[in-house]
Amino acid sequence: MRTGNNNLTNRKLLVMGIFIAIGVIYLIRLFSLQVLDKHYKQLADNNALRFVTQYPARGKVYDRNGKLLVFNEAVYDLMVTPRQVNEAIKKDTLNPFDTLTFCHLLEIDKASFIERMNKAKNESYFKPSPFMTQVSKENYAHIAEMLYRFPGFFFQTRTVRHYPNAIAAHTLGDIGEISKNELDKDEENYYRQGDYIGKSGIEKSYEKELRGVKGLKVMMVDVHNREMGSFMDGELDKEPVAGKDLYLGLDAELQAYGEQLMVGKIGSIVAVEPSTGQILAFVTSPTYDPNLLVGRERGTHYNELKNDPMKPLINRAISGTYPPGSTFKTVVGLIAMQSGSITPATCFHCSGPGSMPIKCTHSHGSSPDFANAIMNSCNPYFYESFKTTINNPKFGNIKNGYDYWKDMTYKMGLGRKFNTDIPYERAGNIPSREYYDKMYGGQWNSVTIRSLGIGQGEVLVTPLQLCNIAALIANEGYYYPPHLIKCFGDTTALPEVMTTKVDPGIDKKYVRTMKQGLRTVFSGPAGTARRYELKDIPQCGKTGTAQNPHGNYHSNFIAFAPYDNPKIALAVIIENGGYGATWAAPIASLMIEKYIRGYTVREDLEKRIMEGRISYKNER
Amino acid sequence: MNERNSIIGKIDWVTVLIYLALVLIGWFSIFSAKYNELHPSIFDFSMEYGKQLIWIGIALLMGFIILLIDAKFFNAFSLWIYFFFLASLFVVLVYGKATNGATSWIEFGPVKFQPSEFAKMATALALAGYLSRLDVDLQKRNNQIIAALLVLAPMALVLLQNDTGSAIVFVSFIFVLYREGFPGTGLVMVGGVVAILLFVLTLVWSQKVMYIILGSLFALALTYYLVTKKKGLFKMLGIFAFMFVFVFSVDYAFNKVLQEHQRNRVLVLLGQVDDPQGVGYNVHQSKIAIGSGGFTGKGFLQGTQTKYDFVPEQHTDFIFCTVGEEGGFLGTAVVVLLYVALLVRIILLAERQRSTFSRVYGYAIAGILFVHVAINIGMTIGLVPVIGIPLPFLSYGGSSMLAFTMMLAIFVKQDANRLNIL
Repeated sequence: MRTGNNNLTNRKLLVMGIFIAIGVIYLIRLFSLQVLDKHYKQLADNNALRFVTQYPARGKVYDRNGKLLVFNEAVYDLMVTPRQVNEAIKKDTLNPFDTLTFCHLLEIDKASFIERMNKAKNESYFKPSPFMTQVSKENYAHIAEMLYRFPGFFFQTRTVRHYPNAIAAHTLGDIGEISKNELDKDEENYYRQGDYIGKSGIEKSYEKELRGVKGLKVMMVDVHNREMGSFMDGELDKEPVAGKDLYLGLDAELQAYGEQLMVGKIGSIVAVEPSTGQILAFVTSPTYDPNLLVGRERGTHYNELKNDPMKPLINRAISGTYPPGSTFKTVVGLIAMQSGSITPATCFHCSGPGSMPIKCTHSHGSSPDFANAIMNSCNPYFYESFKTTINNPKFGNIKNGYDYWKDMTYKMGLGRKFNTDIPYERAGNIPSREYYDKMYGGQWNSVTIRSLGIGQGEVLVTPLQLCNIAALIANEGYYYPPHLIKCFGDTTALPEVMTTKVDPGIDKKYVRTMKQGLRTVFSGPAGTARRYELKDIPQCGKTGTAQNPHGNYHSNFIAFAPYDNPKIALAVIIENGGYGATWAAPIASLMIEKYIRGYTVREDLEKRIMEGRISYKNER
Repeated sequence: MNERNSIIGKIDWVTVLIYLALVLIGWFSIFSAKYNELHPSIFDFSMEYGKQLIWIGIALLMGFIILLIDAKFFNAFSLWIYFFFLASLFVVLVYGKATNGATSWIEFGPVKFQPSEFAKMATALALAGYLSRLDVDLQKRNNQIIAALLVLAPMALVLLQNDTGSAIVFVSFIFVLYREGFPGTGLVMVGGVVAILLFVLTLVWSQKVMYIILGSLFALALTYYLVTKKKGLFKMLGIFAFMFVFVFSVDYAFNKVLQEHQRNRVLVLLGQVDDPQGVGYNVHQSKIAIGSGGFTGKGFLQGTQTKYDFVPEQHTDFIFCTVGEEGGFLGTAVVVLLYVALLVRIILLAERQRSTFSRVYGYAIAGILFVHVAINIGMTIGLVPVIGIPLPFLSYGGSSMLAFTMMLAIFVKQDANRLNIL
């Protein structure tokens, strides 16, 4: 480049030319934009602008049959624009801002007035912020009449949720004022302080669909706080877009019935439709009236519920993790058959209470085959099944065998979340091989971890996961990840995860064997749930009586019905309810009857369950 | 001691005064954009305007230190500085913090730091250092490749951070490469304009229409060549083939390569989507804010559009709106003229340098400043799609203030030292 330098020097002209040309183009553009075009100058200097957020109607929620579960009610938020108030206070007009009268009108004291004003100022000095939210209809009429005297204040209509049936509080969830934390996470910058956002349940998981899109109306107001019309002919206005309606898989009647059955007991019922994975009933007990968490009393009620020793705010269907007990034998049995470690004809010896290393709590013949073992819930049989699975020579060693076994449970939906549309789901626990390595210093075998074979020890499941096992067997080998939604009010497709069949890879014939086995739990002469057999509805199920550190056994049950083409699969867990057949099995059976028949005929049983109370110590 | 005193006399005060004017305008604009009556002092360090003052102070101090450093330092250490910032771009990729979709920040306690702002300066230094070596000749293939790599490496890393805006700034090195005689850069500059034109027209008129237009042009050209039997037929064929392929791939590139928000910004700019409430919102609001300023503006602190938060990012990327609303055409014209004056001044100073290093560096930073100014102001007045890069010396932000100041100070130092070079 040192050659021909003069030649290159001239290149500065093109470069400078481009710089100057762009500068000139921009100056022309600015001149036309700022001086020639009058379009942008309609802003009258004396008029203040009022920005009224147009809140869209939040989507309504229906049950699977179109029964309304959640709708909106109008409430009124008193908004304030701090700058306009300050100017009105400073100005010596004929109509000075009278703070005292204003406080009387709102029934607040001066300190509260100042505190609210400061909160609004901190949010924004120029933009409106909520001064008092959710003013009742009566107060609204009264205050609105006088508001012309108080520049800077205006009402904004907004809706709150109302729950006509007062059921399924945890499933429906609630909305509340957005928190600082949620505001920080809002990358789209959609929310403002004071906005409402879904806090739990489907209100949270479908927040984006339900909320719609906010609109904006820009109004000119004069110094007397009167609206003078739309600013710039509404060019800045934005129409709100209403939220989408939701149809849930929930059956409102079944849900209500389940909640009645659970009164006085702690625990959960989860029911799904096996052919779709839609949740039919999602009961957690104790529960509460969702209408309590609406309106200005929300905070008080929330704290009461939060401090309740029975912890009604917890959704035990997804947050409660329980030892599955004998219901887990279905899982153990299926994996044992699939791995080729046992066949339906395999018999294991059982010496009843004298069996080693796990004793049997049921009395039956001494060498049961699979069918007998599942009907009688034979502990040694399933311990042996578990043992032969992980010791199966085809895996090389026990640790590989265990990995296979854990992997299969994972595929069946255990030890992990489904991640569909249920917030705060917990994964439960199927321990990893590393966990045992660490715990036993690498020295462990099938005897060390024998409790897994009968659903005790480290294994923990949520009622939702357990219900999914029932659905898996009902479907003879596959499931759809359980989810709450049935469809949107419009044609929006459901997320793929909910409509994709999951097949853990267990041969249909083994699941069928299991299914037949579960049928005998009701129909067999020694079936553990034979007391709840119905002539016209062939039910299948498995009892579980789970030891736990909190006292009496948990009463567990999984079930589905009818045997051919099952319509409902469910899991019931009653904390400290004793035997699986005492509480969980009859509750499951009543739920099945209610759903399939539409009514129940076993009045005595129903009465015993509904009026039954289990006493708990105040410690959970 | 003597030398230190004389630096005051030797530095180019025109450049420095333009710089100080822009910084001051920026600071007052930030004050106005973020003004809060509860914090009415411009020295309130809890507010953006107070913080910006701290950054201005740090930047001025840094600039002063650079003026005291030996001018040869930057040439001698140019490669080290370059590799340091290249490495820091790597670090950002691995540990960076995502803001607005781009991962371009490193945090040191309370201080956030954006290496891509400094990488531009480092690249300018490296390129100047390399091109000033006596054994380097831009007519040689190897030297061309290395020069190109020096620019493309940081550009690629910034692109990987998903910071498209900052990556585009590296295109500005085309100016200095053109000035230093890198073959083909003139063609690329012209070709770039043609490509942008084709791209825009294809999106506006659809591919079909473009095929017809190109086809008829091609027919005309072909007849012309066949009749006159002039040379260059194959070149012409090549050019048309390229243009056809380009038009053919525009749709694909537009739909598959660009991300949705980028597509929307382009469509809005082209008037393909008229959606003042949706994706066009920012630009629409920004134009209203600037347009409502009129000839003389609404006056300091009297702007309403920017204060009502109509314009997003008003104190960072959209600071020019505040200038336009409160200063009117007088204000915006002053700022535009100050920038043009600064750019032309840098080019003129660069041409009077005896050392290649200083000249290359001067051209490089003029290019960087130009692209920043052209894109940023262009976006606020609706001439360029929305690309989030700061307006030099005006936008709020410590990294950019510090980086641009250091960048300019190094050049002023080189210029002050020019007579010491034989």
